[in-house]
Amino acid sequence: MDFQIVELLQSILIVSGIATVLAILMVIADATIGNYGIMNLLINKEHKHSVEGGKTLLNTLKEEGVFIPSACGGRGSCGLCKCKVTSGGGDYLPTELSFITKEEQKEGIRLSCQIKVKRDFEIEIPEELFNVKEFKAKVASIKDLTHDIKEVRFQLLEPNEISFKPGQFVQVQVPEYEFSNESVYRAYSISSSSTEKGIVELEIRYVNNGICTTYVHKYLKEGDILTLTGPYGEFYLRNTDADIVCVAGGSGMAPIKSILHHIEEQKISRKVTYIFGAQGKRDLFLLDKMKEFEKNIPNFRFVPALSNASPEDNWDGETGKVTEVLAKYLSDGSNTEAYLCGSPGMINAVIEVLKSKGVKEEKIYYDKF
Amino acid sequence: MNGTETLGVFAIFFAAAITNNILLTMYLGMCSFLAVSRQVKTAIGLGTAVVFVMTFTSAINWLIYEYLLIPFELEYLTYIVFIIVIAAFVQLVEMIIERVSETLYNALGIFLPLITVNCAILGAALFMIIRKYTLLSAISFSAGSGAGWMLAIIIMAGIRQKMGTSKVPKGLEGAGITLIIAGIMSMAFMGFTGMMNLN
Repeated sequence: MDFQIVELLQSILIVSGIATVLAILMVIADATIGNYGIMNLLINKEHKHSVEGGKTLLNTLKEEGVFIPSACGGRGSCGLCKCKVTSGGGDYLPTELSFITKEEQKEGIRLSCQIKVKRDFEIEIPEELFNVKEFKAKVASIKDLTHDIKEVRFQLLEPNEISFKPGQFVQVQVPEYEFSNESVYRAYSISSSSTEKGIVELEIRYVNNGICTTYVHKYLKEGDILTLTGPYGEFYLRNTDADIVCVAGGSGMAPIKSILHHIEEQKISRKVTYIFGAQGKRDLFLLDKMKEFEKNIPNFRFVPALSNASPEDNWDGETGKVTEVLAKYLSDGSNTEAYLCGSPGMINAVIEVLKSKGVKEEKIYYDKF
Repeated sequence: MNGTETLGVFAIFFAAAITNNILLTMYLGMCSFLAVSRQVKTAIGLGTAVVFVMTFTSAINWLIYEYLLIPFELEYLTYIVFIIVIAAFVQLVEMIIERVSETLYNALGIFLPLITVNCAILGAALFMIIRKYTLLSAISFSAGSGAGWMLAIIIMAGIRQKMGTSKVPKGLEGAGITLIIAGIMSMAFMGFTGMMNLN
């Protein structure tokens, strides 16, 4: 009996001994060969950072407070976190090649979640990314705008102010929950005014089985705390004198609303026409707000258009596709800027109409989702 | 070391590589064989990694078996101990290669995680126990097995690269035709049996 116990203890001891020795070896290796020391990271030739080496560029930058947009969180599956590396990147890795084209390789574009900082690095990123921060935000209110769109207002806690250009978007970090066993990031345009610096308001449309939209529509409560990063995006109101045409559908309302707030507050007197496409009357929302804008903005016209109005809708406004309505309202586009937000199909069709009306291609700004 | 033993060590190497090819006669290490045999270049990278890891882990495992497991009569723990050793070794080697040479890491290092769970590695370690090899024979056997595995995957990658231009019936594309080719290769290698044999 005793002999058996001794034998048992002996075997446990030996196996755990082997495992312990190997584990210690790994820890030593991690602290010695895995330790790359302090590296210099030079961003856009002027910002110098001393960083701890050995981690991926994406995470290193995050620790330095520079947030490169990434949807998959660094697993190398979304291909969004591209950035230009001018020195230190080394050879391309097989894991990068599926996202980087030959032309991008010539320019030195890398996938920042794949390459590790093992030398001094020099990189170039768009200047706007310096403005990108990570915010802790509390859900202040959730409101139904239509049967499938909710308006969520966040009160920013830490940091408590955001400065963004009207039209830009933030990324919402959805935590793990019942239907998603990992945290994901999704992008939403800000719909609130850029002068309301403590607030981020989003309009989120329910998508069947969407990880983030399901979370927002079925789980999110007032008082919950989420992480937002932003602002991102090249879609924002340009400061010129040209006429403005906005075309949006569904939750594409959000960035346009932010732009309209800006035009109202800055008392901009440019001519603004906003065509909003919806299926039926139940898909229209914020009509009172639009009336208010029409009153306060001297040269603004809101044109809702229903593509599939039913008799019960009792609709006497515009009907048909947004492209048809746009063609009707825009006669000469030579001095017009266009801001479009909606599905890729809608945007591509609208761009065709705009070009045929003489709107210059570089004056057409859009946000596809 | 006398003359016959030296000859024995070489015989074991060639027998393990050719007549008793671990992949084509035992069908061990199939998953990475099927998955990473699209290009000769990557096949060479993976093959080299297998030779390297197989040789070193077998030597370490032989020492642990001989000086720890046998004296304490713990042979029944062979499997778990071998697997732990292989996994830790692969991890360490990956870290070292990443540190020492970036070229080597890009060519070889990225394959290392793939072979932690390659059954050919564990297989070779277990065969050397079953066949009661001495340390020298065990090293030569596992180096030979690794070389044989590398030979097989390079041949397969070469064939598959050539096959890129030929028409494969729809239902057999991918793994299907690869398994058939592996079967034919295996039969071809049977032609070597009788030249020398391991047992």
